[in-house]
Amino acid sequence: MTAPASYGPAALPRLRVGAAQAGVALAAAFFALVCLAALAPGLFAHGPDQVNPALALRDPMPGHPLGTDQLGRDVLARLVFGARPSLLVGVGSTLLAGLAGSAWGLLAALGGRLVGEAAMRLADVLLSFPAILMALLVVAVLGPGTRNAVLAITVALAPGFARVVRAQALVVRGSAYVRAAVNLGLTPGRILLRHIAPNVVAPLLILATINVGTALIAGASLCFLGLGPQPPAPEWGAMLAQARDYLDASWTLALFPGAAITLTVMSATVVGRALQARYEGREAG
Amino acid sequence: MAPLAIRLARRLALTLFVLWGAATLAFAGMRLVPGDPARIIAGGVQANATPEVLDAIRDQYGLREPVGVQYVLFLGRLLRADLGGSYQLGRPVSSVIGEQLGSTLSLATGAAVLGFCLAVALALLTAGRPRARAISRVLEFCSISTPNFWIGILLLAAFSFRLRWFPVLGDEGAAALVLPCAALALPIAGVLAQVTREGLERALDQPFALTARSRGATENRIRARHALRHAALPVLTLSGWVLGELLAGTVVVETVFARQGLGHVVVAAVRGRDFPVVTGVVVLSALTFSLINIGLDLLYGLVDPRVREAAA
Repeated sequence: MTAPASYGPAALPRLRVGAAQAGVALAAAFFALVCLAALAPGLFAHGPDQVNPALALRDPMPGHPLGTDQLGRDVLARLVFGARPSLLVGVGSTLLAGLAGSAWGLLAALGGRLVGEAAMRLADVLLSFPAILMALLVVAVLGPGTRNAVLAITVALAPGFARVVRAQALVVRGSAYVRAAVNLGLTPGRILLRHIAPNVVAPLLILATINVGTALIAGASLCFLGLGPQPPAPEWGAMLAQARDYLDASWTLALFPGAAITLTVMSATVVGRALQARYEGREAG
Repeated sequence: MAPLAIRLARRLALTLFVLWGAATLAFAGMRLVPGDPARIIAGGVQANATPEVLDAIRDQYGLREPVGVQYVLFLGRLLRADLGGSYQLGRPVSSVIGEQLGSTLSLATGAAVLGFCLAVALALLTAGRPRARAISRVLEFCSISTPNFWIGILLLAAFSFRLRWFPVLGDEGAAALVLPCAALALPIAGVLAQVTREGLERALDQPFALTARSRGATENRIRARHALRHAALPVLTLSGWVLGELLAGTVVVETVFARQGLGHVVVAAVRGRDFPVVTGVVVLSALTFSLINIGLDLLYGLVDPRVREAAA
């Protein structure tokens, strides 16, 4: 992933650089695999909703490598088909929040004193209670469901992005090249789109990648509470909620969806940190 | 002391603003729900309430007034700490919250204490020791990346169903508090341990650590008595975040362990669109959040005199 030249001087032993790189590559590969499963689950498994009561709550066995759930549905197939809603709530909401937060932050930085103050005080209010509570408030208004869970996490995350974008936009606005563009007589719209926005986007993308982990956990929590995709739709958080009710019969049922969430969160975080290290010209930590 | 008073006044003004904002958001949410509010109060859009019942509800909740008047009335009731009555439970929201607060507080406090103790112990043991630090880093990364409800379910499977050390359900006694606290504390401890260790390592590099060593202080004494105090400041900065995690975590963990508490109440209220309860919890948590952040601001000065001087 990262070119060796971008690592610091001999501070890090050679082997550890290699190990760190291998870790990042592994994480990126796993994340790509999960994304592929989300896009085309049919490649990996079939029939997530196929019920077979005769084979309910089995431990892993041939034909069902991860076992079956309380209705005899294949856990592996449900995991694979659960990738889409899970990523939609985790990654989709981060993307939406990044977009909304960028517009919000740019408006706050460049929209004049009054607009800027109003936009940032609104962010203060939204950030003054925990993200999941904000998400719950949104679900209370819109009702449960996949789309509404995405919107809920988006609303919860957007003000944080807005703050970062505003701070970055203020720095960029004060920079020499923007002043030069102003002196050259370019239109404000062109300066915003061609000179300010691109320099704000790079740090934002990295922040978004690192935030995917947080968003995935928040989204899974919402789905675990039964406020995301409704049954029988397979979703990792919702699968865990069902597994919780059958713990005395089968504990492996609770093992795999949780592992899927955790590994996805880990891989997204590792990739995000590596991107950040590369962008800031530091060694991967 | 004048600057402190001014700062405090400013923070209190901001708190009032935040509370007003939270209340307004909750009110706007209530009005944004599609459909007739009276029907929702009567038990959802599907419920077939008679017109007489709907009329009675409209009178009772002041739904005939213009929205502006309703908003002012709503704020007026809030000022008198009157959160209204729960649609679902048919009881005043304040008494519902009052009943459930204790259970949630004991869970959150237990988890906070456990999380801080774990983090400090881990940091004290691993700071400046490369091998131990590497192992501890991996553990911390795992605990940060793991959703607390999965930790809760795994703990439940292992210690309640298999080993039968702890009760499976309910919230009677201290034994029922152990697993929920652990599930809530582990992800928090991961983050805190990282920050505490960084602070400790910075402090151990400073001249005062060398001075203490030259006077013959043992390594453990230097860490616990001298360096830890310096590591406390960044940890304090994170306390606001910890509080948010705790508030959010109790919602989920209470569901995993089927405990009573505010989280349990708010999830039921969200499902049933019981807005007075949702509003109550939102406003209460915004208030707690703001007040604790003010308290932390004051604590900075106590822990690190340099902050006090810089602010003056």
